[in-house]
Amino acid sequence: MTMVYDDLGDEATGAVPMRRIRFTINGQKKIAEVEPRLLLSHLIRRGAGLTGTHMGCDTTNCGACTVLVDGAAVKSCTMLAVQVDGRSVETVEGLASASELHPLQEGFRQEHGLQCGFCTPGMMMAAKALLERNPDPSEEDVRWALSGNLCRCTGYQNIVKSVLWAAAKLRSE
Amino acid sequence: MYPSRFRYEAPHSLDEAISLLHDGGDYAKVLAGGQSLVPLMKLRFASPELVVDINNISGLSYHRTDPDGTLRIGALCRHADLEHSQLLPGTQPTMAAAAPVIADPIVRNRGTLVGSLCHADPQGDWASVVLSLGGSVVAQGPSGRRAIPMANFVLGPFENALRPDEIAVEAVIPPGLGVRSGGYLKLERRVGDFATVGVAVSIETSGETVTRAGIALTGVGGATIAATEAAQALTGKPLSAESIGRAAELAAAAAQPRTDHRGSAEYKRHMVATFVERILRRAEDQAERAA
Repeated sequence: MTMVYDDLGDEATGAVPMRRIRFTINGQKKIAEVEPRLLLSHLIRRGAGLTGTHMGCDTTNCGACTVLVDGAAVKSCTMLAVQVDGRSVETVEGLASASELHPLQEGFRQEHGLQCGFCTPGMMMAAKALLERNPDPSEEDVRWALSGNLCRCTGYQNIVKSVLWAAAKLRSE
Repeated sequence: MYPSRFRYEAPHSLDEAISLLHDGGDYAKVLAGGQSLVPLMKLRFASPELVVDINNISGLSYHRTDPDGTLRIGALCRHADLEHSQLLPGTQPTMAAAAPVIADPIVRNRGTLVGSLCHADPQGDWASVVLSLGGSVVAQGPSGRRAIPMANFVLGPFENALRPDEIAVEAVIPPGLGVRSGGYLKLERRVGDFATVGVAVSIETSGETVTRAGIALTGVGGATIAATEAAQALTGKPLSAESIGRAAELAAAAAQPRTDHRGSAEYKRHMVATFVERILRRAEDQAERAA
């Protein structure tokens, strides 16, 4: 993996403070050389090449970049890549198996939970964290858990239905 | 957006972290939850030369009560830990009310109460809550620990009383002198926005008499405001429509709101009075039901 860094034209350039980190992403063990200022979202998208994690606002508002770190939903634009050293990251690419969609993905298809699809990966990862904590959420619980994720198409009704669909499916499995 | 270049250290002990800060020169920052610091660094409002990440230091994520009722919140206790706490609902109604309205659920998984106090944003919710409860911040430096009362901790917008080589390791809420009640109400345009107006009210009662009261205001001045006169209007007597009305009036008078995109000064002042009254009416109802 090659990362390209800005040449700031000063003596600091020769001393880019690199760190070697080990982490797991969607079950695969990885080693990366990162500059401390690299954001987790960039490590995922550019470093690991997993572009399912979207960068929306880049200001901790929209939640499109939500991933799970050690099972907790975090906004990956607001965490440094070096901070996942020794930790486990899950992105939307980790949901489906080779032959089968995850119930959340199936739910979004069944209930038309996406329009443009930009917010969808973040919505799904926030929903996954919710369902792991609370397998039988009420509609209110779902709305509360997704309140840090914005949908620019304002398709919230169907997103909530999709998560409830997935919750029912997961309970019946 | 990228932060500017910095040196990163993630020590495994507080002593190591403090010595890094001590040797770190003029511009070192402590990284806990990072939900304010990382955005500030991305926007280049903050460009520290050294970032000391304390997330690898074990034993800081607690919140617990001492036998005498003192509540201690460690530097890595996340907002979500407090939101889902089994400890707070019965004994700390103001804190229990505030925890679920900090930022949004995903930010709450990372952000910390102590970090929020250190960030000293005039629109931060926790500062009002801790101020209303008469709490303090424990700072640890090369020469040991000292407790800084919340009322002296914030020096101005985004400026706290920590020395460059000190770390805020804990927030402390003193034990109640009686039965605690109160709450935190926040007016926000949408989830995750900063407070248009936030009001923290904490009262303690013995029998029917209010023995201690604290009222603090978020987002209606250049810093968190302690509405001391409003709180004094409540103490030494039972809650009544009259004392509640007077406290609401005095709290509104203590606010220094400015008209901005979130609302007019007049509207914000009105909301301060409304929130004080609403929280105290609920406390009065709860006391009546309990009696």
